[in-house]
Formats: sequence, structure tokens, C-alpha cells
Amino acid sequence: MTTPPPNTQHHKKYFFDKFGITERLLERCLGEALSAGGDYADLYFESIASTSIGVDESIVKSASQGVSAGCGIRVLSGERTGYAYTDDLSAERLLHAARTAALIASGPAKQPVAGFTETKTPSLYPAPAVDLDTDLSTKLDLVMRADRAARAYDPRITQVRAGYSDELRRILIAASDGTYASDTQPLARLSVFVLAKDGDQTTRGTSGGGGRVEIDFFQTEKTPEHFAEDAARQAILQLGAVAAPAGEMEVVLGPGWPGVLLHEAVGHGLEADFNRRKTSAFTGLIGRQVASSKVTVVDNGIMPNRRGSLNVDDEGSATQETVLIENGILKTYLSDKLSSRLMNMPHTGNGRRESYQQIPMPRMTNTYMLAGDDAPEDILRSVKRGLYAVNFGGGSVDIVSGKFVFSASEAYLIEDGKITAPVRDATLIGNGPEALKYVSMVGNDLQLDEGIGTCGKDGQSVPVGVGMPTVKLDRMTVGGTGR
Amino acid sequence: MSTAALLTTDLLTLATDIVARALKAGADDAEVTIREGDEFSTTVRMGQVETLKESGSRGMGLRVLVAGNNGYRVASTSTSDFTSEGIAHLVNGAIALARVTSEDPFAGLADASEFGQLEGDLQLFHEDVYSLPTAERIEYARRAEAAALAPGASTTDTRITNSDGGSFDAATGRKVFANSRGFSGEYRASSCSISVSPIALGSKGEMQRDYWYTYARALKNLDSPESVGEEAARRTLRRLDARRVKTQQVPLVFSPEVSRSLIGAIFNAASGDSIYRGASFFTGKLGQQVAAPSVTVVDDGTLIGGLGTSPFDGEGLPSRRNVIVENGVLVHYMLNTYTARKLGMKSTANASRGLAGNPGIGANNLFLVAGTQSPDEILRDIPSGLYVTELMGQGINMVTGDYSRGASGLWIENGQLTYPVQEITVAGNLKDMFQNITAIANDLIFRGSVASPTLRIDGMTIAGE
Repeated sequence: MTTPPPNTQHHKKYFFDKFGITERLLERCLGEALSAGGDYADLYFESIASTSIGVDESIVKSASQGVSAGCGIRVLSGERTGYAYTDDLSAERLLHAARTAALIASGPAKQPVAGFTETKTPSLYPAPAVDLDTDLSTKLDLVMRADRAARAYDPRITQVRAGYSDELRRILIAASDGTYASDTQPLARLSVFVLAKDGDQTTRGTSGGGGRVEIDFFQTEKTPEHFAEDAARQAILQLGAVAAPAGEMEVVLGPGWPGVLLHEAVGHGLEADFNRRKTSAFTGLIGRQVASSKVTVVDNGIMPNRRGSLNVDDEGSATQETVLIENGILKTYLSDKLSSRLMNMPHTGNGRRESYQQIPMPRMTNTYMLAGDDAPEDILRSVKRGLYAVNFGGGSVDIVSGKFVFSASEAYLIEDGKITAPVRDATLIGNGPEALKYVSMVGNDLQLDEGIGTCGKDGQSVPVGVGMPTVKLDRMTVGGTGR
Repeated sequence: MSTAALLTTDLLTLATDIVARALKAGADDAEVTIREGDEFSTTVRMGQVETLKESGSRGMGLRVLVAGNNGYRVASTSTSDFTSEGIAHLVNGAIALARVTSEDPFAGLADASEFGQLEGDLQLFHEDVYSLPTAERIEYARRAEAAALAPGASTTDTRITNSDGGSFDAATGRKVFANSRGFSGEYRASSCSISVSPIALGSKGEMQRDYWYTYARALKNLDSPESVGEEAARRTLRRLDARRVKTQQVPLVFSPEVSRSLIGAIFNAASGDSIYRGASFFTGKLGQQVAAPSVTVVDDGTLIGGLGTSPFDGEGLPSRRNVIVENGVLVHYMLNTYTARKLGMKSTANASRGLAGNPGIGANNLFLVAGTQSPDEILRDIPSGLYVTELMGQGINMVTGDYSRGASGLWIENGQLTYPVQEITVAGNLKDMFQNITAIANDLIFRGSVASPTLRIDGMTIAGE
């Protein structure tokens, strides 16, 4: 029996006090969930309070707050999953949902293990005991500062929209295997969108960031001015951009957010559910070379304050740092309880879900490439003709074939080792199990992104982080229209 | 616990009651949205049930407007808590939030004279979607996947080796909207779908997947599970042993599945929210030629039984049929009340609404009017080109029109589809692409709320080897 750290007590207490949940009720629901057999059942209680505020055309046009709560009940029987949820947390509705989820199994009733064991959790982020909606004026000040800073950057900035949003998510998880966990997860983000206009040309710039932080993060570490000036700088830069080149060439990716390459090229393909079903281009490649020997990629859910971090995953399991690719060799997959059991693989604590209405599945947390030895300027100097991409929009991947794309929003031509003209938006495309084999230089300048990433899978969105040092790929296809 | 009492409460009465409470608490105007819905979803994979999900939920949102000297201050709140305590929090929270927002001379509800809703049965709700027993729903998914795993039954094609499963999904819901200027309305809607995603193995060991689906408001309007499975298999098999092609400029033919996204881009470019900010390349182009003369794009919220049909929009205006582009000329921006005021125009009843936040702008049933040529006739004119069946990624910049996306499809040679192509990009600028639509086929079929026939576009760049 482990002694829970003191801070977990108030996470649980919130559900006990506010919704009248008791440990006896949790046990009854789990018993009901296994009333038709099944190997495993879990309950996932969630309560979210969110706030957002937006400035647009220098006035505050929107402010909203929301609260939602509910419980999702899951029953596993072999490879089968039964799921039901309710937004009414009365005993009657919870037991009804448990009976609905139970229908996936057909056999004699089973008993949950007696007694719960609390998952030992770190404290990676602040856990406010009260909701975050108390200090609206501070939030208002952040978006107004962003508006002013973007406009002050250059007279050609004609439109500014800035938004601040935060949420406080409380969870309580109890499972028939004795898992018992709770957490309070803050998440905040500041984002800026600007337009620049010069003659008849209009361009855009976006920036933003945050994490599992309190509001003072935006006053001391990453200020509204930081994000606003970055968005304005990008928009002004695009006013002079030329057509992106088309075809295969050398590509240098800048540090930080370009790590979205890893998320798409290898991250999704290494999620255990796809590999259990043998539907990933990476199926059967553990122990094989999937990247150049300079490449080591990790998924790390235990970094303090990061957007993708979690004290405990959405199945109540401890999160961890997992080495996915070590010196180019594929080491393991990212797993949840179901896939680690069925595949007889180590459980990495990557079971996540968007909300109580969704079935958990293996997901990334913060995924990044470790730093190498090369100086970023040497990497650029080594390129005769290529693309230097430092900022991206989103990306996506076809897990089965391995083909992935990601779209550059700030990139430059490299000519004879020098950065020259900025180029217009272009999508880069590659093949996941092959692309990282062309990594020939890895910088010593690892950075994580600013905390803006949201990953979508099967219609479920979860916050994630990515990161990378400056990296050179000897070959990648750039989807521009120029020469 | 007053759960039982609340479950039987008439939601429309509840909505108008909350509007009244908001006025009493200090709002000058208020709008309330209530949604409730049930969802069912099952996936059968390799013949076995993999997931079975069944549940319902509801939520409500309140938006308040408080008058000042120079316009309204607005704020909104939402909750899943329908208890009297939850509703009190909803109302008080909204009024408190409105203190921090700015007066906006363009904010405000529509004029009372604009409210209304379409009369008669729009055929949005069908009992058969939810009366089907669970075992039969699972059977739909199973039959569709079985047909994909053994296409044609008589053939002995063994290349389909795996599957992401066959699914059957069903949803029913109720939307309620009421405001302080006398509008109140509600409607129910249903939808159901079958989809399948088989996986095939190529001669060099490379896997490919594709999918097919059928989606309708009534069970009786779905395609048969077998036809969905067989089409999914056909689409998957034709991708096997795909190649890359060289970087070049050739005519592209967009299949209906990918043309739809281009029609969506026309709608987004005409969206009033982007127009008044100057964030769209259609800004200032009203009355001008923005596409080839053969292009007419319509958004119709009145189609009987349409997947994008509703009796009223997100602000209580009756849904209508709007022409966006007529013979290549931009004739209407797509507007809600706010963006209409910003532009000195009238709303086109395209307000969309979530539980919280200000109304947005959304399409109803959006389509490009069909041409007369068959898809085969379009292909026949092309000596060398690409037939695009899938696009990847979000590489569309609506400010500049720059367009660059991952693509796969089939190579066109001498007017015929030949080998599959993958791992390439297609790029251009939407301003040019709309003008360079050089052929429109006659194969317009609604498989969702956005539809387009096959299109030919010239002048784009393929990046590959």
C-alpha cells in the first residue's frame, strides 16, 4: 500500500464533495460493469471549467466560461471494448451507464479486486484548489497587451486578434484492477493572429504558446509581447516572400516546433493500437533501423509544466519518459493498458482521451529528438541549395502507408550555405519509416515548442508537445510551385 | 435530486425561462441554446465486435448582451449542469463576464422582423435510426466489413489482408434556440452511417488503406453494407504498388471526394468574417469574376432531408438558398448578423452557433452545380495528368490563397487511368485554381452536406521525385 502524496487528496475530495461520489459507489459501479463478465472495467470522472477571452480590432469582443462534468465507464473483454457515459453523476445514472457498458461481455459476473491502490503521482504543474476564473482583469490585460504590441511592431499590421484561454480539468479514475488515481490539470494558452497589408498584398502571421502553467507565466516567462511580435514579424516577412521551390532537395528544420515532423513521421505510427492491429507502417520493425544513427527520439510525459505532460494518464497509470528510437533503432511502442496486455509489451502510461465521452487510446505526450553535436550554423553552411523551415502549421499522416505531410509557414531558401529569400507556405511530404534515415546532421540546440500543439486521432483532440534541435535531412520533397 | 423532474421539463420552455432570468439579472438581450443528443457507435474488426458505445448527453449555453453608450457588451457561458444551481451559475456568470468585454456598435441580435423558420416537414428526423436493435446495428458493420474483406465473393483476390474495421454510427439530437426578441424554435435531427476501411498488401510488402461510407438522415436511405464494403475494397486495391512521379505541371482531375474541399474553400473565402477583416483573397471582389464562367456554387439550407438542412440558422433566421458564385462571378458574401452589419449588408442566414461564444458562419448544403460531361469524357481529353483521389494536410492559406497539399491518386495517360501515384504534393494558388477550372462533370451526388462533381484544374504544380 502506497501513501499518496498530500496533494492528491483534494483532487478526489472535489468529486466526493461536489457530486456525492463515495468509494462505496465506485465499487458498486465497477461491480455492475463486470456483471456480465469482462476482464476489466474502469470509471473516469471528469469536471472541466474553462474560460476564454478575445480581443479583436482592439476591443474585447468575446468572453466565455463553461463548465461540464461527466463520467465514462469502460468494460474490456478480450479485444472488445464496451463504453457508456453520463453527464448526470447520480448513483442511478452511473449504475445505468455501467450496465450499458457491461453488455460488451457475455458470461458470468466477475468481481473487481478488493481495495484500491492509489497511483503515486508527481506534481508536474500547479494544482489550484479553486477554479481559475477569478482574475478576469489579468487575462484581459494579457490580450490587450498582445494587441498593442502587434500593432506597434509595424504600421503595416492592419488586423490583430489575440485570445487567452484556460481550463482546469479534474479527473478521478477507479478501475477493477485496483487502480485509483486523481489529478487536477491546468492548461493555458495565449494566441495571436495578425494580418499585414502592403499595397494590394495581404499576409498573415500566427504565434502562441502556454502550457500547464499559472497566469504569471505570461507575465514573466512568455509575455504577450513575445507572441505578438513573433506573429507580426512573420506576417511582415511574408510580404516579401517568393514562391517555394518544388521537388526533392536538402531540408534543414529549425529547432522547436518543427519537431512536428517526429510527431507525424514516426510518433503516430508507433502508437501501440495500430501495431497491435498490424495496421502501421512500423509494424514488426522493433529492433530495426528506422532512422539514421544520429537520431534518438523520446516521448516524455513527465516534463514540468509542459502542455503534453500529465501526472497520471487517463487510465490512472503513471506517466514516464519512453525512448522510442535510440541511435536510429526502433525500441518500443507507446501503449495503454489494453494494448500492453494484448501485445505483452511494457506499459508506457500513454492512455489518453479527449473527454469522459471518449474511449482512451495510446497517444503521445511531449515527443522530441535529443540534441546532437553539430552547430546550427555549420548545418546551414553545409547546404548548397535547399530549404530552411523554422515554423509549421499542422501536419498529418496515413498510418498504414506511412506517408506524412507537414506545412511550413515560415521558411527560407538556402543558397550556397546562406539563408536568402523567405518563401511562401508549402507542404513537405515524406514516408515515415524512411524519412529519418536521411538525417545527416543533428544540432546541439534542442528546443521544445512554445506549447500550442493539439493532436487529433479518431476524432479526439489532446494537447501535446513536440521538440527538436536543428536537423538536416539530405532528401525531402518540398511542395512549392517555383524552381 | 430533482433529476426526474428535469428530464421531463420541456426544453423550449426551459430556454425561454433562462432568457427571462438573464434579462432580470441585468441583460438587455439574451440568447439560449440547448442541445441534447444520443449517440451509438460500433466497430467490427476482422469479423469481431471491437467497440460498442452508447450514450447521451446535453448542454446549454447562454449569451447575454448589455447595452452601453456605444453598443453592446457581450459574453457567454455554458454548462452541462441543468440543476437550478447550475442555471443560476450560468446566468450570473454571463452577466459578470459582460462587465469585462467592450462596447461594440456592431453587436446585437437580428431585427425581430428577420426571425422565422421554415414550415413543413423538412424530414430531418427519422425514427428508424434509433429503433433498430443493437444486434442489427452490429450486423450492418459486420456485413460491410465482410464485403470489403472478400470483394466480389466470386473472385479470389487475396490482397486485402487486414482492416481498420467496419463501423455503424447513429445519432439523434434536439436543438433548441430562444432569444429575448421573441424567437423560439426547436428541431430534432437524426443521422446514421456505415463506413469501412480495408487494408491491402502490395507486391513489395507495402500496405495501403482506403475507405468508403454511406451517410444519411434515415436508415432506409443508406446504401447497402455490401455495396459500401465492395467500393471500399475497390478503392483500396487500386492504390497498391503506387509510384512517385517527377516534379512537373500537368492537368489535374479532382475526384468528387477531393473536389468537395475546394468548394469548401470557396465558401470560406466568401465568409463575411474573413471579408470584413480583409483576411480573404475574395475581399473586395463582389461582382467580379473569381472563377471560370462555368462555375456556379450554391449553399442551400432548405433541401428536404439534406444533411446540412435546418429550419433556422444559429440566430433564428429562416434557412435559405444562397448563390455564392454565379457563372464565375462572386455574387454574395456568406453572412451572419454581425458580419452583415460590419459590411453594411443583410445576413444570409448563415449563422452557426456552438454552446458558448459569438455566432460564427457555417455552410448548409453546399454544392457546385454539375456540368454536362461525364468524368470519362473529361479524362479522355488529357494526354498526361493526375487523377487526385486523396489530399493530405492543411496547406491552405485563405489570406494569400496559397495552396500546397500532399496527394495521391492515379496517373492519367492518353485519357485513361493507369498506375497509382503517392507521396507527391500538388500546389498552386486558389485564386488561379478557381479560374482554371476547365471542366466540370455531371456526377454531382450528395454524400454529406458538401458536394461537388469531378473537376479538371490546369496550371498546378506536382512536386515529386
